[in-house]
Amino acid sequence: MSTGASKLDVVVSNVVPVNELVTRFHFRRADGGLLPTFSGGAHVIVEMRDGERARLNPYSLMSSPLDTSEYTISVRRDDLGRGGSLFMHGKVRPGDRMVISYPVNLFSLDLRAKKHLMLAGGIGITPFLAQTAQLAAEGGNFELHYSVRTAALATYAGDLRARFGRRVSIYHDDRDERIPLDRLLSSQPLGTHLYICGPAGMIDWARARAAALGWPAETVHYEHFAAPQPGVPFDVTLALSGRTIHVAEQQSLLEAIEAAGVDPPYLCRGGVCGQCETNVISSDGVFLHNDHWLSDEDHASGKKIMPCVSRFAGKSLVLER
Amino acid sequence: MGINFRTETFRDDFSFRNSPEHIRRFPFPFHEDSYMYAVNIEPHVAGPAGSVLEHPIDVDEHYVSEMADRALVLAEDPLRCQSLPHMTLAGWDLLELLMTAKAESYPEHFSLTRDGDRWHWINRPLGIDQKFLFGDLTTLPYGPMEYITRQSQGDFCILDQRDGNLWMDAGIVTTQADWSLDFDIGMNFFEWHAPVPLAHEKGIFTRALKFLTNVQQGKPARRLNWTMTINPRLDTSPENYHKWGPDRATVTPENVGQKVHLRVELQSFWRLPRSNALVFPIRCYLIKMDELVTSPKWARRLHRVIRDLPEELATYKGLTRYRATLVEWLARYDDGTPTSPGFGPE
Amino acid sequence: MTPKTILSRPVYGTLSPQAGTHHLFVADAEGGGAILDMAKAAPEGFFAGAHIIYIPREAGAAYTGPLQALKPAQYYEGPSIAAALPRQKQTLAPARMGRRLYLAGTEGLIGQAMQAALDAGIDHGSIQTEQRGSLARRVQCVHCKGITEDVTTQPVRCSHCGLLLFVRDHYSRRLAAFQGVCINAEDQSEIPPIEEAFR
Repeated sequence: MSTGASKLDVVVSNVVPVNELVTRFHFRRADGGLLPTFSGGAHVIVEMRDGERARLNPYSLMSSPLDTSEYTISVRRDDLGRGGSLFMHGKVRPGDRMVISYPVNLFSLDLRAKKHLMLAGGIGITPFLAQTAQLAAEGGNFELHYSVRTAALATYAGDLRARFGRRVSIYHDDRDERIPLDRLLSSQPLGTHLYICGPAGMIDWARARAAALGWPAETVHYEHFAAPQPGVPFDVTLALSGRTIHVAEQQSLLEAIEAAGVDPPYLCRGGVCGQCETNVISSDGVFLHNDHWLSDEDHASGKKIMPCVSRFAGKSLVLER
Repeated sequence: MGINFRTETFRDDFSFRNSPEHIRRFPFPFHEDSYMYAVNIEPHVAGPAGSVLEHPIDVDEHYVSEMADRALVLAEDPLRCQSLPHMTLAGWDLLELLMTAKAESYPEHFSLTRDGDRWHWINRPLGIDQKFLFGDLTTLPYGPMEYITRQSQGDFCILDQRDGNLWMDAGIVTTQADWSLDFDIGMNFFEWHAPVPLAHEKGIFTRALKFLTNVQQGKPARRLNWTMTINPRLDTSPENYHKWGPDRATVTPENVGQKVHLRVELQSFWRLPRSNALVFPIRCYLIKMDELVTSPKWARRLHRVIRDLPEELATYKGLTRYRATLVEWLARYDDGTPTSPGFGPE
Repeated sequence: MTPKTILSRPVYGTLSPQAGTHHLFVADAEGGGAILDMAKAAPEGFFAGAHIIYIPREAGAAYTGPLQALKPAQYYEGPSIAAALPRQKQTLAPARMGRRLYLAGTEGLIGQAMQAALDAGIDHGSIQTEQRGSLARRVQCVHCKGITEDVTTQPVRCSHCGLLLFVRDHYSRRLAAFQGVCINAEDQSEIPPIEEAFR
């Protein structure tokens, strides 16, 4: 049986520009009922119907899990991406009907933690907005360190400071402020868990310093959805369904498979959940792996691919789909 | 039309019986004439009206008496209900799941009124009328998991999900098939299943874990498991094994029909929304051999399954001492004719 | 014959130096040798941030001198596990992330020291363990819940309720004990022979 997430019909109830790059979208249930309860760190997949094209992108829920009258997400405009964020910014209006998935949490709090130490970079702040709201309501012990480019792009920094005061620290790149990572990692009580959401470089840096300073892997959590990258078009044969498909420049391999009427399971569409893992039957060319799911050996083997984020360049590719 | 709740016992004089309607709705677990472990997990979607799968959480004629038996077990041994400190939020999730499911499926017996955090719960069969604040431990007589599972048939395990594994970090277990919550609490999926023979080698648990960690909100799953019990005893715990174990030596050709029971567990798996934990209700259904053989197909098939069961499984399920007597008795109901595929009585 | 084991039975490794800012060792008897062997591979200055809690028992006389010669920041010798546990707990209570834990010696020592560490918020997967010396077991009677220490026979009589227990390989970290289940519950007139099984 498939383990994908169920879907929800929603109406866009508000569209709020937050700053030059970020816009917030509010969703309510189309039938007027309450949305499902969720846990801090959860995301939804937003289905964007743009004419003939369908894009399905994951966004972290940033509203309080205590309020199920509406969900909110924040979308950062990516002018070089495949157009999902531009579609959201440019075409989605209040009153539009959309389809989103049930919430799925791949970045869950470890509730055993004696303290939660959170590191955010840029738009990576969104899951922490929900998690801090959840923890604050339960009297949880947390501390959030948030790195931003400039004060003008410090999305929700003011709200967080107002809500949680000294539990939130902001660091501005343009003022040469840096998260004092080693000092933070060396001064936490035993039983603290570390959470990181931000650019890949920040995640790698924090994970490496935590490991060097004796933080066990079980206590370090991070979320990094890879966005599918545009690339050179290529052709693929789907052996089980007996089809040959064309993956366009702005399309992901998963989207092309879906457009052909084949529906692999998925939860994240960002290379982390493992659901859409696909066996390679034969290939003549080079894999462009972008996922965080397969091991290095899997990547080197040429036997597996994550079609949500990875691509291929070469003469021929046959997949077991 | 409401459920006609029976007054009966699962100990001492063992007055438990199934009504004829309940015999027909029994979740017979064998779809073919043999049995081996498999990852037999399927979506927990509504089944036919009148079946145990009609509603997401089944309430049946044994409800009131089963709850009385649970209260007796907990009074004797409070260690049967435990929750590690980080599992309280999951307990609230479970309370919400069970209250809303019962109130929706059985409005004549249960009702739930919610006004923000102010909840009003009425359980008519057990005579309970409770107003409380959702999330406020001081407004209920027990913790949320214990409160609602004292009013829900079946055992409940709440599994925390972290590091790609599931951890048995809370539960209430009073109707178990021979495993100890007190011992297993805190273990991961592989550890608490460690004593099960054969299945590890077949990779069953690795595949099952992969499936379960991906169960999503709004998409519960289920599977059936089975064993056999002498006398309709719900509490076949290892804690009391020295008290009920001797029953296994009391089976004779004359009393098989009344003493030997097929015990089926309907296990379901639900993602809990606030805690991201997984709850695993294990609902136990009992049927005596005399009741079971009223379906000729079930009688023929059970005979073949028990007769051909691999030795390790028969030992693990505790059948060794009375298996020959049972097979001989069931053979009388097996004329060798083929059985139709599927679970139904005919 | 080596008994067939199961997945809940703990698997012990070989101590190795971990990244970290402080290092706490808890060991008994032959476990002292495991620390000394690990020390050969430890980087310069490793023990300057270390605390060794050692229970020598009968086998430990040969280890106490060499352990002190490692010059750990703190060194303690205790007469029993029970006597040493409060010290371990007090060491962990105010500790910070970066403190690593190493346990070596009998299964009883490893189990009980790990139990205290779990309570302090340390994940069991991050603890280094090495079993040396006696394989005598701590056994929880599933019936009365009493724990019988230093069990070497199969079956064993529960030191609390007197039932004759089959000692399973099923192990609980939380209880730091193996499970004991009445071996003759179905017919208590069956008395199997009691044989030495865990040394």
